[in-house]
Amino acid sequence: MNVLSQTEFSGPTMGIGMADGESAVTARGVDVYYGDKHAIKNLSVDIPAKAVTAFIGPSGCGKSTFLRCVNRMNDTIPICRVTGDIKLDGRDIYDPTLDVVQLRAQVGMVFQKPNPFPKSIFDNVAYGPKIHGLTSNKTELAELVEKSLRRASLWEEVKDRLDASGTGLSGGQQQRLCIARAIAVSPDVILMDEPCSALDPIATAKIEELIDELRQNYTIIIVTHSMQQAARVSQKTAFFHLGTLVEEGPTKTIFTNPHDKRTQDYITGRFG
Amino acid sequence: MTDATLQTADAGRVDFRSPAAQAHLRKRYAVESRFKFYGVAAIAFAAFFIVFLVSDIVTKAIPAFTEHRLSITLTPTAERVAEGGRTDRQTLMAGDWNAVVRDGVGKYFPDVTNRAQRSKLYNELISIGGGDDIRNRVIADPSLLGKPVQAQVLLSDDSDLYFKGMMTERTEREGRGSIGVSGTSGDVSIATNVNDFAQDVARVRSDLQAAARRAQLEINRLKAALETVAPDRRAALQDQINRQIAVATDMDRRAKSVGGTELIGDSTSSVLVKMNGGVIKLTEIGNEKASGTVLIPLKDASEAKPGSWKIINLTTPEGSRKLSDQQIAWLDRMKEEGLVTQAFASRLFFSGDSREPELAGIIGGLTGTALTMLVTLVLCLPIGVLAAIYLEEFAPKNRLTDFIEININNLAAVPSIVFGLLGLAIFLNTFDMPRSSPLVGGLVLALLVLPTIIISSRAALKAVPPSIREAALGLGASKQQAVFQHVLPVAMPGVLTGTIIGMAHALGETAPLLMIGMVAFIIDVPRSVTESATVLPVQIFLWSDLPEPAFQAKTAAAIVILLLFLFVMNGAAIWLRRRFERRW
Ligand SMILES: Nc1ncnc2c1ncn2[C@@H]1O[C@H](COP(=O)(O)OP(=O)(O)OP(=O)(O)O)[C@@H](O)[C@H]1O
Ligand SMILES: [Mg+2]
Repeated sequence: MNVLSQTEFSGPTMGIGMADGESAVTARGVDVYYGDKHAIKNLSVDIPAKAVTAFIGPSGCGKSTFLRCVNRMNDTIPICRVTGDIKLDGRDIYDPTLDVVQLRAQVGMVFQKPNPFPKSIFDNVAYGPKIHGLTSNKTELAELVEKSLRRASLWEEVKDRLDASGTGLSGGQQQRLCIARAIAVSPDVILMDEPCSALDPIATAKIEELIDELRQNYTIIIVTHSMQQAARVSQKTAFFHLGTLVEEGPTKTIFTNPHDKRTQDYITGRFG
Repeated sequence: MTDATLQTADAGRVDFRSPAAQAHLRKRYAVESRFKFYGVAAIAFAAFFIVFLVSDIVTKAIPAFTEHRLSITLTPTAERVAEGGRTDRQTLMAGDWNAVVRDGVGKYFPDVTNRAQRSKLYNELISIGGGDDIRNRVIADPSLLGKPVQAQVLLSDDSDLYFKGMMTERTEREGRGSIGVSGTSGDVSIATNVNDFAQDVARVRSDLQAAARRAQLEINRLKAALETVAPDRRAALQDQINRQIAVATDMDRRAKSVGGTELIGDSTSSVLVKMNGGVIKLTEIGNEKASGTVLIPLKDASEAKPGSWKIINLTTPEGSRKLSDQQIAWLDRMKEEGLVTQAFASRLFFSGDSREPELAGIIGGLTGTALTMLVTLVLCLPIGVLAAIYLEEFAPKNRLTDFIEININNLAAVPSIVFGLLGLAIFLNTFDMPRSSPLVGGLVLALLVLPTIIISSRAALKAVPPSIREAALGLGASKQQAVFQHVLPVAMPGVLTGTIIGMAHALGETAPLLMIGMVAFIIDVPRSVTESATVLPVQIFLWSDLPEPAFQAKTAAAIVILLLFLFVMNGAAIWLRRRFERRW
């Protein structure tokens, strides 16, 4: 379970010149409590930059919880307490002097259920750049919105109705709109919590394609319950069980030659 | 029947074709249709009461929307209205316009000369605002001075009621015989050659019978009182009883008498005879002959042919109505002269309050209500919504906030008069704000409405799906941005609903406003929130308490207007809410 072995096996990552130790996110000895409940126990993991890392594991094992630690969304849950060390590009994200707003601009999130704002498609995408002051005038903003929608491969479908409500789109389109909204602020890391769980296979395929493209520029962590999806889109896979990280490594290794019995049982569908 | 009985031997599976299962299904449908029936019945019941209430109020209000006036030619002379020949506005305003009206109306009643009669004619039948129309015309165009001008003269509330048929039932029939009369004025006797007055005699006797019965009831009451009264007052009471008994026996005897003549008094309906261009009020009446007093002089004492004279019955006895037979005869004469017109009572909408029913209007109360509501809305909407946002989104959840929440809920249930007392103590006594002003009224009502708005706004905020908050926060919005830019707009329809309910509640409030003095009689229309004012519900309360019967219709009309105000206010709020909802 070390960084070295991981980089050796993650084939596609090597293609874009991923050097040893270039981790976007590193977690060391992280514990998360919901009140008395110990949801994550002494977790350490490295997330490689400009690659897709998949979190898999049975329901309730703490995947979402850990994901939400990375952009401090857990702060919004009053009973939630996080200890340990999580670094983004070498900077401690739980440092009291760190501005949460900046962190979240740097770490975008796509939620399990598509949650566009009840505003126009344009406003959905433009909201992030507006609050962070990323553009100086209207044309720049419009260009940024178009660029983001194009990258989320939604532009062709919505370019004629940017004023229509974001909630009026289909589920798959909504999810792509949420992705466009997340990438509009040019984050370094995108967290995706089961982004395809509410989508049909065609929409899922589109999003997977999109994730594969986004990997060129972004560090992506994706939580998924679909082994095939994890195998298709990710370069690294981490298997969670009962709040602990059981095994991590290059996706190929995890799926073809897992070290741990529990991992093997899980990916072969023997428990879940 | 339990589900278990439906199960066949094949445990856990139900055979839906079995009789037991069929019966169970039927029962389920029966329960459902019964429930639907109860629902429809409840709605029908409520609808019935609403229709009843609204139609009752509207029918009562309808008379208030019209008024009776004289359309008459008046000649405003300089000596009456333009003191010293000046025609400036101020001089004209101070002129004796009622004298101009008296001059004009007097032409039709040349025989009314003595002081008491003139007062009964001019002061009681014509409104004290009767000269307003001619005054306004002349002020607008002083060249009309000294010329005959066609003007509208408002009649008094009692005259108006009489023409609306609300003072007494009035029937008129033609005389069948030819009738002779002994004179043209003063006390006269009349005689017909058929029994023209037979039915009037019968009616007078049945009126007497009814009066005798009422007197008997009074006697019984007095007799019962005799048992408990102090010994020293017993003799006086016994005296009173004896007198009553004498009256009752006399009336009873008269009611039962046959033939002969009968006296018409305060407790019997009036009979008037209209002949030869004059009117006679009958005081003693037999089947073919009668005697009476002339109310309007006859042209001559010649015999009147059948069909050329009339018998008029006024059902309500003279003693039980505001206008005497004489005054009714005058009003009838004005009507015959074609002077009386009925028109829309615009004063109801454009005048302030008045002691005279025919001059009273609701504009003062309406303006007061509008100003008060404005103050209330301006205060309680932002404060209520911000308080709700703070409590729901920002405040830590601890004992203190729990305590605050419980107390807000309690405040919503506090009787409104308590808020009035609070307003009296704080705003009037401590801060010395102007009494009876819409400002203080609005402050008090804002206190009253705040809990409602806070509670419903919190509920609306709570109902916003958390995914919207997470989406905003996940993008790096601050909490305040997430709340104000995303959560609040989604919650706005709910917030507005709560505001509508609260404002509607405030609109109908009377009790707290009584405490801060908004109950005064105020003629002027308030022009700012610090001037003395009253509000519509209080106006209704005040009018409903007044003795003049004309105010009853005014009260109902004010209620109708209050309801319309409410509908307009709610309509505006619902329109706003729709706009928020339709946006996405
Ligand atoms: N807001 C919360 N309050 C209390 N306990 C929580 C909360 N959120 C999660 N938990 C608990 O923490 C544990 C981990 O939850 P988490 O949502 O991270 O699971 P997960 O791996 O994402 O599961 P799934 O695949 O079903 O989404 C679970 O036992 C859950 O009950
Ligand atoms: Mg989850």
